[in-house]
This record gives sequence, structure tokens and C-alpha cells, in this order.
Amino acid sequence: MTLAAPDHATASPAGPQRPGAQRWLWPVALLLTLALGWAAPLLEALPGLGWLIRVPSALVIDMQAAVRGFMDWLVNRAHFGLFTFRELTRGIAWLVDQPYQAARFVLVEGWVEGRGARAVTHFPPLSWIAITAIVTTMGWHAGGWRLAAFVGGCFLYLAVFGQWASAMVTLASIVIAVPFGVGLGLLLGVAAYLSPRFDRALRPVLDLMQTVPIFAYLVPILFLFGFGPVAALVATVIYAMPPMVRVTTLALHSVPEEIREFAAMVGCTRNQRIWRVLVPAAKPDLMVGVNQVIMLSLNMVIIASMIGAGGLGFDVLNALRRLNIGAGIEAGLAIVALAVALDRLSQAYARRSARPPTASGMSWLARNRWAPALVAVAVLSGLLGLIWPPAQSFPAEWQITTRDFWASLVRTINVNYFDQLEAFKNALLLNVMIPLRRFLLALPWVWVLALVTLAGWRLGGARLAGLCAALVMFIAMAGLWEPAMITLYLCGLSVVIAALIGIPLGVLAASGHRAGRVIGGFIDTLQTLPSFVYLIPVVMLFRVGDFAAMIAVVLYALAPAVRYTAHGLRSVPSELIEAGTVSGCTRWQMLWRIRLPMAVPEILLGINQTIMLALSMLVITALVGTRDLGQEVYIALTRADVGQGIIAGLGVAAIAIIADRLIAAGAARTRARLGLTGRGGS
Amino acid sequence: MTFRNLMASAAVVALGAGAPALAQVESSDPIRMTLHDWTGQLITTNIMARVLEEAGYNVELVQADYLAQFAGLKTGDLHVAMEMWETTGREAMDEAVATGTVVNMGSTGMEAIEEWWYPSYVKELCPGLPDWTALNDCAEVFATAETAPRGRYLGGPVTWGGFDPERVEALGLNYEVIHAGTDAALFAELESAYQRQAPILLWVYAPHWAPMQFDGEWVEFPEYTAECYEDPSWGINPDMAFDCGKPRGPIWKVAWAGVADKWPGAASAIEAFSIDNDTMGGLIALVDLEGGAVEDVVEDWLWENEDTWRAWVEG
Repeated sequence: MTLAAPDHATASPAGPQRPGAQRWLWPVALLLTLALGWAAPLLEALPGLGWLIRVPSALVIDMQAAVRGFMDWLVNRAHFGLFTFRELTRGIAWLVDQPYQAARFVLVEGWVEGRGARAVTHFPPLSWIAITAIVTTMGWHAGGWRLAAFVGGCFLYLAVFGQWASAMVTLASIVIAVPFGVGLGLLLGVAAYLSPRFDRALRPVLDLMQTVPIFAYLVPILFLFGFGPVAALVATVIYAMPPMVRVTTLALHSVPEEIREFAAMVGCTRNQRIWRVLVPAAKPDLMVGVNQVIMLSLNMVIIASMIGAGGLGFDVLNALRRLNIGAGIEAGLAIVALAVALDRLSQAYARRSARPPTASGMSWLARNRWAPALVAVAVLSGLLGLIWPPAQSFPAEWQITTRDFWASLVRTINVNYFDQLEAFKNALLLNVMIPLRRFLLALPWVWVLALVTLAGWRLGGARLAGLCAALVMFIAMAGLWEPAMITLYLCGLSVVIAALIGIPLGVLAASGHRAGRVIGGFIDTLQTLPSFVYLIPVVMLFRVGDFAAMIAVVLYALAPAVRYTAHGLRSVPSELIEAGTVSGCTRWQMLWRIRLPMAVPEILLGINQTIMLALSMLVITALVGTRDLGQEVYIALTRADVGQGIIAGLGVAAIAIIADRLIAAGAARTRARLGLTGRGGS
Repeated sequence: MTFRNLMASAAVVALGAGAPALAQVESSDPIRMTLHDWTGQLITTNIMARVLEEAGYNVELVQADYLAQFAGLKTGDLHVAMEMWETTGREAMDEAVATGTVVNMGSTGMEAIEEWWYPSYVKELCPGLPDWTALNDCAEVFATAETAPRGRYLGGPVTWGGFDPERVEALGLNYEVIHAGTDAALFAELESAYQRQAPILLWVYAPHWAPMQFDGEWVEFPEYTAECYEDPSWGINPDMAFDCGKPRGPIWKVAWAGVADKWPGAASAIEAFSIDNDTMGGLIALVDLEGGAVEDVVEDWLWENEDTWRAWVEG
């Protein structure tokens, strides 16, 4: 590895090593864009030029009918001789349902017959005492008493705030969805690592999984997997798995060369090399993926509850439907408590398994003396529950609530500060947002096509240019130009703001242990708190419209910018830090000249994820009345129009893929310039 | 909170076979009824479910999206949806019924109202209300920085239809229609404005808790007729349709086509189900405004109205 010269690392995008003419390419392109945006209305009036400005209707073709026809075939007629496609998916649904029903039996229902006044409990589920004891013990086992107290506290919150029953319904689906997501993600990631060809084929699929809004394919999923929790589980896995695949491939590529060579030297087979050497060596990086799967699974809780998963997501929806903000926040925070507890547990187990075993040779029972005690607690609390109900389920009289506090907090802000907030909103809206939207909508589509293609060509050559051009043409030909430009405006602005807030936060988080923990907790909360919870107060304070939507997108998409920046800064090779220290860098120089430039590839990956999350929020922002692609998808769902939904969903995906490829190409160039070869190089 | 209540609030509630059958039923397979996310629908569905249980059927309540549920109703994964509003669900319902796999089980007896609405305190600023001709004089009252000098009317989600932009144009109203994306966003703005006693003009519908909790009135447009929507020459504006108020329409019950074959008795009880706006309004108020549990409110209603629902089952 070569040490990059500082002036290289901080060079402008059109670096000094390039010929003079190319240095002016982007400034000139920018000026031309501004001029065209301004002059487009005038040009449009000229005869014969209209087709250059607005997408001509002759170009728009009806792709929706084709999709509708294909989906109809897939759902109703496709078969493999012995059985139909739908029977296959129903079979998969049945298989997934078995562990799910088992989880529900243990956590939620036990064995009950009848309902309401006639319900008879033959066998109770695990009591709240037992479950809290189990997770607390797991916390202690994995990370000591501090973690035990934290996890126990999270679960006590669920009981004390009356969220227990719903939380267990949600937990039952999470304990099924997360292993599926992590396992499949790991397998696909390894396969992509082994075969660059598979990697190339997989990446667009991952982008589609992550960016085609779930509402777009919800209806076919319901047909194929049946109505209920299993369909919700399938949708959750589809949405939550892609980061695991990406992280796995990246992590395996960044395992140090020496370890690879070592594996080759001791004569590992391919399987041994992967599973015994590379995967364990990449574990800290892989845990970022596990973290994302847990967080994204819990993110799906709301949408999953719309199609029959029930649980906390349903409570949130129900509370907000009645504008019971307090109840919504409590249920939302219960989702956060669950998410954070599960995340910390999984992280701790990963760290623990990285340590060498301490007391080998002893029997399992001898090493785990707490296990019989735990079983005893579970059985005793269950038996006690038969004669004294509070031992089984947390009694209503002991519960506390903060609902009135939240409602009056929002009310106070609303009554006293609405005018100030309105003034701030109007300033931003009238001076930045509306002009930007007008500008983007006015831009000639041919120019946008040219610009994106040019960017692809400069960053990645002819192939990337071709891909970019094809995707832009797809959006134009699908008749989605206007909603696509509004999407670009809303998401672009949100991503810029999220990056401006997120990268400094990430730097701060990497600067110290305590700051890292506080900020980590903050972004975990933001990412797992269902956006619905804060969408309603945001609407109350800022009215419906683009501004409220932008706030929701920024809050949700902030997390990866922070997380990847911090991770990138922390994983700068120590020899570089030492080299910096030896040459007498100040703290500030260390950050700007060494750590930040070296972390640029990781930060770009974070921005990439921020864009993906921003795009995935589009369907939610449609709920506050935006007019973007998300709204198209939402309208399609409400009309059960699979064709319109999928085409609009693919429009979102096209934007996402363009962004992803351009950023990846940019990151690869940066890496090459920094001499970071071997990282993600395929 | 007892375990049973916890179960009920878990929203996906399986009704087992433990209950003794009161009557001979055609099939003991559970009838799956869908629950949505508004209180009125939860009450309607729970009443129907309890009545069917009393008649000896097994019922399973499944959480489902209002429109996505048609996917399940068509395949027979889901069986009964108790509230399909003429005003919002008509297109999806017609599409589903046209496939032959879903049937309309008749009206619930409730009538959906939706119209432009304002809180009563706005009348001080705009004394001409509720007559629609006063709206133009008050455009400034309802204006925001984005819409000024035009007034701001907060419409429902685009998907609700309603022809508000057309209405604004046909009646020459100096207003801009802003679409809220959801019901929740719509009423969040109302609550916000009501707390500040600020002017607001928006789409409200009934039966719903909002017109019960907030004191206000419907704007009175020229009354709806079918010709008004179809015939431009009808009404005040001779060149445009939609120069009138919105239609009011029934709330329908829909079911999987197989219900009538598999559980004929249940099907006739579902068809017979009927309840009026005032009764439903009272029940919604008990839940949303007084904090009662849906299950308790439904039990009380069943207790007090046994003759009513017995007739559905036996008739």
C-alpha cells in the first residue's frame, strides 16, 4: 500500500493530473445547465424545438399493460408441469409459517381456544418475567452486567408502558425474518465475492429489491404468498436483505491480503477458506450488515402491519389514525426499544465469539450454570401465573403512560411557536425548494439525458454511459418524466441536507467513545422510529406538502451517512495514523489530510445508502401529499393496478441505479487515486 | 390488562373452536373478516363477528389494508370486508366484482358524507358561510404564503377522487387545492389549526370522529345530482360539469364469492346486517372520544340490541 500524497487526496474532482480542457468540463456543463433551465420556457415556444424540451408523446409507450399481462400470467397460469408457480410460493409460505407459528406459540399465544369472554388458555406463552429474564441473561452472557441492565431495561419498558402483547407479536416476526435475511444475504454475498460475474448480475437485483417500493409489488405478493403475516415476512426479507449482501461482498474483499495468503499457504479448500478464514476475519464488518438487517426489518413493521402482521406497527397506525400522538410515540418507542435491544445483543454476541473460548474442556452445562436457573424461572413464573395472573402478564394497573405529556408538548409548540416555524418554512420553501423544483421541471429532457450520460462516461467509461442513457430513456418512455424530476428534487435536496448533517455527526461519533455511543443511540432511534410517528407532529407544525416530506426523508436517511462516516474514519489503517503522528500532524490536519480522505470510499458508500433510503421513503412521503414517483406507486396500490405500480417502482429503481453506479465509479476512482487497491476491486 | 385483552389488542385474533355451537352451521372453517385502521370499521366488523359467533360460526379477524385486501378476497384467502365506501372504494370494488370472484353484499345501512368543512370559529372571519358563494370573499382568510392570494383548500388524498380541482374551476373559486396524502395527515392539520383557532378549510367525511370532536359545518354547495357531474350545461356554470357539491353514497359490504356456497347462513346474516349513521356515530364516540375498548363497546351494544341482531341471524 502506498501512502497518498496529501495534495492528491484533497485535489478537486477535476484533478491537476488531467489535461486542461477536461478541467473545464464540469463548470461549463453547470453553467449550461443553469442557462438552459432559465431559457427552457423561451425555447419551448420556438417552433420545432418543443420535443427537445418536453418528452414527446410519440416516445411514450404503454409498458404497464405488458407488466399487467406478465403478472397475470405469473400469478394465475405459470406452472412447472407438476405444480403451478403459485403452488410453489404457497409451499414456501407454508414452510416459513411453521417457525413463525412456533415463535408465536412461545411468545404470544400459547395454546388458547375461543375468544373474548369464552377464551380458554390451555397452555400459556412465556410470561413477561420469563422473557425479560431470558434476554437479560443473554445480555449478561454476551456483554456483561451493563448490557444485561440495558436489555432488561428495554424489555421492562415494553411491559411498563403496556406494549408487551404487541411487542411480542412483532418480536415473533422479527426472530423469523432476521435469520432469513442474514443467512440469505450472507450466502448471496459470498457467491458474489467468488464470482464477479454473479456480482454484476446481482447488483441490479439488489438495487431493485431495495428501491422498488414495497407498495409496488404488494398486490402480487399477497396473491402468491397469501394474506397475512407470511406475506409480510417475505416483504420484510426482500427489503431488509440487500445491505447484508453488499456488506458481505465488500467485507470479504477488504480482508487483508496476508490472511488470504495464509489461507492459501496452509492449504485450505475453497469452502474452508471462505467459512473458516475469510468470514470470521470479516466479522466486524459483517456485523454492520446484521445491524442493518435488524434495523430495516423493524422498519418494515408498519407496512407489514398493513398486510396482516399486527403488532406494534398496527398500534402506531391505529393511534395516529385517531391523532393520539402520545400513543403513537409510545408504540413507536417500543419498536425502537426492541430494535436497539436486539441490535446490541447481536453486536455483543459477535464480539464475544471473536474472542477465544476461555474454559474449554468443561461440559456445556458446567460452562452455562445459568441455563437451568433460567428454565426454572420460566416454568415457575408460568405456574405462578396460573394462580396469580400478574406473574403471567403485566397487570394494567401497574402500567404507566406518557401520552398526555407528548400530546401537550406538541400542542404547546404548535400554539406558541407555529408562526416562527411557519416563517422559517416559508423562507426555505419560497427561496430554495420551489425555485429548485421549477428549475428541474423546466430543464430540457434531452439535456438531462446528455448530462447523465456524460457523467457516466467520464466516471466509468462507455459501458456506464450506455447504462445511464438507457435508464434515463426508460423513465422518459414510461411517461414518468415529471414525477421523476420531482423525485430528483425532493430526494436530491434531502440527501444533500442529510449529508451535511450526517457526515459531521459521523466525524464527531468517531472522535470519542462517549460521543459515538450517544450519536449511535440517536441515529438508531431515528432509523427505527417509524416515520409515521413523527410525520404527524411534523404535519401539524409544517402543514402537508414538500417541506414536511423533506423533513421526514432527512430524518430517516441520515443514519447511514453518520454510520458509514464513523466506520470509515475508525478503520483508517493505523500505520497511516502513526505516519501522520510521526510527521507532526495536528489533530485538525490528521482529520482533513489523512482520516477523511482515506475514509472517502466508505463515506461514499454511506451516501449511496442514504440515497437508497431516501428513495425508499418516497412511498411514505406520498402520504403527506407529494407528487413524485412515490405518489404514482401509492395511487397504483389504491387502484390495485399492478402495471402502474411496478412501472413507477422501476422508475424509482432507475434513479437509484444511476446514482449507485455513478457513486460506485466515483468511489473506485478515488480509491485508485488513494492507492487503496484491493478494496472492493472486482 | 388481562391476557384476553392483550390478545385482542394483538389485532390478529384467532377464534378457536371452543365455543358450543348454538345452531347447526354449514362449515366449521373460520370465516376470515378483515380489520382496517379506522374505528368505525373495527366496530362494524366486531359486531358482525360476534353475531356470527353467536350463530355458531368460527370467525377469524385479519388485519388488512383497505384496498390491498381485494387481492385476498379474490383468491378466497379473505372472506368478508364490512366497509367499502362508495365514495372511496368504488373503483377497486367494481374491478373486483367484475372478475366474478368478489360480490357486493349490499349496503351497511350507513351513508358516507364527504364535503368541504370548516370549524365554527371561522364564521366570525367569514360571516357568509356556510353558503359557498361566501368562499371567494374569504379567500384571504384561508390563504397561506404558498397559495396567496388564493385561498388554500386541503383536499383528500389524490386517490379519493372527489373532483375538487374541477369544482374550483367550474364554480370560479379563488382557491388552490392541496392534496393531503392520507387521512391522518388531513386531520393532523385540522387538529393543529383547531388548537390555534386558525382558519382552515378542508375535506372532512362522516361517519368519523372528527366532525364529532370538532365543532364545525359543511360548506353548502348547490346540491349534487347525477346530471351535474355528467352534463356541462346543468347548473350555474353553463360550460362545465362539477358545479355542485359531492354525492353521498352507501357504505357497502363485500365478500368472496364463495361465502354464499360455503356458509349460506352466514352470508344471509351478513347481507341482513344494517346499522345507521347515528348509532355508529355514538359507538365511535364511545371508543375514540371516551377511550372505551372496541370489544367492550361492541359487547354492550349486543347486550342492549339483541332483537336487532337476532333478526339478522334468523331472517
